[in-house]
Amino acid sequence: MTEITTHSGHRGLDMAEPLIFEQGASGRSGVDWPEVELRNSRIGAAARKRSIGLPGLSEPEAVRHYVRLSQKNYAIDLGLYPLGSCTMKHNPRLNEKVARLPGFADIHPLQPMSTVQGALEMIDTLASWLKGLTGFDSIAMSPAAGAHGELCGLMTIRAALEAMGNARERVLVPDSAHGTNPATAALCGYRIDAVPSNERGRIDKAALLEKLGPDVAAIMLTNPNTCGLFEEDIVEIAEAVHAAGAYFYCDGANFNALVGKVRPGDLGIDAMHLNLHKTFSTPHGGGGPGAGPVVMTAELGRFAPLPHVIKSDDGYTIVEHNAGEGDRATNHLGRMRSFHGQAGVFVRALTYILSHGSDGLRKISEDAVLNANYIAARLKDDLSVPYPGPYMHEVLFDDTFLNGTDVTTLDFAKAMIDEGYHPATIYFPLVVHGALLTEPTESESKQSLDQFIETLKALAADAKSGKAEMFKNAPVLTPVRRLDETRAARQPVLRWRPAALPEAAE
Amino acid sequence: MRYLPHTETERGEMLAAIGVAHIDELFAGVPTGSMPRELFGPSTHKGEAEVERIMSAMAAKNTTAGSVPFFLGGGAYRHHIPAAVDHLIQRSEFLTSYTPYQPEISQGTLQMLFEFQTQVALLTGMDAANASMYDGASACAEAVMMANRVTRRKKAILSGGLHPQYREATVTQSHYTEFEVHAAPQNPLEAEDLAALIDDQTSCVVVQNPDFFGRIKDLKKIAGACHALGALLIVAVAEVVSLGALASPGEMGADIVIGEGQSLGNPLGFGGPYLGLFAARSKFVRQMPGRLCGETVDQDGARGFVLTLSTREQHIRREKATSNICTNSGLCALAFSIHLTLLGEVGLTRLARLNHANAVKLADRVDGIGGAEVINDTFFNEFTLRLPQPAEQVANELTARGVLGGIPVSRLYPGEAALENLLLVTATELTMEDDIEALAGALNRVLA
Repeated sequence: MTEITTHSGHRGLDMAEPLIFEQGASGRSGVDWPEVELRNSRIGAAARKRSIGLPGLSEPEAVRHYVRLSQKNYAIDLGLYPLGSCTMKHNPRLNEKVARLPGFADIHPLQPMSTVQGALEMIDTLASWLKGLTGFDSIAMSPAAGAHGELCGLMTIRAALEAMGNARERVLVPDSAHGTNPATAALCGYRIDAVPSNERGRIDKAALLEKLGPDVAAIMLTNPNTCGLFEEDIVEIAEAVHAAGAYFYCDGANFNALVGKVRPGDLGIDAMHLNLHKTFSTPHGGGGPGAGPVVMTAELGRFAPLPHVIKSDDGYTIVEHNAGEGDRATNHLGRMRSFHGQAGVFVRALTYILSHGSDGLRKISEDAVLNANYIAARLKDDLSVPYPGPYMHEVLFDDTFLNGTDVTTLDFAKAMIDEGYHPATIYFPLVVHGALLTEPTESESKQSLDQFIETLKALAADAKSGKAEMFKNAPVLTPVRRLDETRAARQPVLRWRPAALPEAAE
Repeated sequence: MRYLPHTETERGEMLAAIGVAHIDELFAGVPTGSMPRELFGPSTHKGEAEVERIMSAMAAKNTTAGSVPFFLGGGAYRHHIPAAVDHLIQRSEFLTSYTPYQPEISQGTLQMLFEFQTQVALLTGMDAANASMYDGASACAEAVMMANRVTRRKKAILSGGLHPQYREATVTQSHYTEFEVHAAPQNPLEAEDLAALIDDQTSCVVVQNPDFFGRIKDLKKIAGACHALGALLIVAVAEVVSLGALASPGEMGADIVIGEGQSLGNPLGFGGPYLGLFAARSKFVRQMPGRLCGETVDQDGARGFVLTLSTREQHIRREKATSNICTNSGLCALAFSIHLTLLGEVGLTRLARLNHANAVKLADRVDGIGGAEVINDTFFNEFTLRLPQPAEQVANELTARGVLGGIPVSRLYPGEAALENLLLVTATELTMEDDIEALAGALNRVLA
């Protein structure tokens, strides 16, 4: 490829864009607020005397800055984003429109409850749908994300065990689990005991049964698991876990495969979080905000964190405090965050649910599973699958197909970028070598999937025909090329600083 | 269904390519039998117009802050959001991307995060900030756990002026992660001597500035007391606009600063999603929770940004991670950053002054009405009014008169007799003279 150097630093539509600190002037502002005279300040001794050093941009500069930055991002709205376990589905714009209604966006969380009945109704309606879809009686709405939901679930389980007099010591986590699972259990004071996977990509049931004992507080299992496979022994596992006096926590990150098809509450699960930003289409926003409500049994619900919404003849109330000592009905563990949860995310998720209805929700999981299996069926001879199907909403490839090619999973992923695709989730789960966890979601048309499949077939053929150099160099068509991550970690530069000025006398 | 592209013909072709006759064969092994066919009755999918009608009807049942004289704060503030902010955060490439795991196609998000981290570090007077947390309360709990790791101690002291929900979130976490919390009494009418509570087992002292009751403190003395005994000072900032008028926590000796960033760029939104801010001195960076974006170069030597120091994080360290956080508040951080970029230092300073000037006007106007008394010597845009009767009752009567007049402290501290008559009242740049007169008039009648 010919290296093209331009005079401006821009390359056609790819604009070089300096940091705001390199273009903003401290005296400039893009907002017109009047200068007010402070006659009677009540700030006191802690009033600011020094400059902060913040640059300002006028509105045209700021708009151009952020539009230019946006154009350096891949996005669902640009193309297929098969990032496994992240469920990068289409984010309907109606959700955004509804969330911006002043009746939802311009209300304060501590307004008198009589003035926010519609907001409480919205939360309660969503809660009813989520409980109904999962087959549980209770729900904690406040967790802010999936990992926060896990924390809520494990805290609730621990509170329930403590109420019985023994918090226990160990939590069993499969070796294929998301990293958040062991990190969460550790935050709740538990020791993590990893359970191996078997040759079919499922949890090794015999090993699990052997590890169960009177000191086990809970098992955390993802179903479908991170290999994209349904844990078929789940009902038996639940029975064994309960017989040992432990609780069954399910990581609901992959609920998109099951929504409308099966209710986890029917399978013996005690608690599960739902990532509203995955299954229920709220935008991922470059890394949040999400929401992670936790559905649970009525038994656990008594211990769930505050607050929660209740409905009575007089309308809706949000319960923010326990009634008092010794009241077993209100034995809720404390608050995990401020206010009532990710209300703006709830509005979007409820809008999505109402758009689909229960018939449409079932179609979501069916099409998601159909798309993943279609990719698997058409690529299994070109790439390599460590486990046989059928798959759920995602398919796991390993790097066996790259054996002897000098191309790694990372190289293959980077070549996908030059082809206009976001790579799959790579090197996760850890239970197979060089994983490429591929989740197309139900949003992709057959035409889109066919083009993706043909591209991956061609790339696999390139890899096998000795074109390793192309993969090693990829990506070349991006605003920047492969970045030096070692340098970033060894000499961390986490903020902009002005260029060193000549030493000046203080 | 408008979000699902396949026709039935295509579904059939795809099933054939897979080699199955029916979709249910792909769910073999999944016990689908117990799922009712018609959950919630024969509900079917709905068109945009119908869904919008249902949701709009719910929204219409709420009294919006913008429709009445409005004086609520308490950790959530109503500020003007420049039109460009909401337009820009809805750019597809920001809205519909995920955590920047592939930096070559995520430089937009990464550069924005680098700018955000720098803005937060400058505002708080810290060396470094992370890419955001869920909200102020959860950031507070994480900051205490970080201080415990840094000092290898397990006892935190919380000021009585800390937001009660930040305090509750920290107390909740302490029970599970097994550390001690000493929460000082919350009565703003009594003096607080935090320094006397610090001992050689104390990992940190957490103070809020301005505090929950609106008071502003010079923190240099408490910082000195912490450092003398090897403890860290954690400063919480629930109203980030105040940093346009106040000395930064770093300047006053803070080691870790956490905050709620909602005030810039993010609507009230009934309490979420909000934006947890988290900043610290550079020597503690490797103990920080959350994502960090760092500068580096690409293979051609061009500047670029990546997520870095990930060996702290759950996806690498699993149970040994500094936190379990994964998704944070990326889009809220973007809104914050755009708003602050538009303001610049000049705009932020003017905005802060305007807030303070309006609050001074409000305080001067309501002080003394019907026996109401402003208890603050100092405040920024929020202060506490001591009423001659329970504040909840007064707030409800004000509501009946069409004024959202403040937050009864008893909503957050129920059953505390000493706090029962306290009302938190806030003015921002959106508070107009008419609003102030409406509150004064209504208070006059309610307290008559």
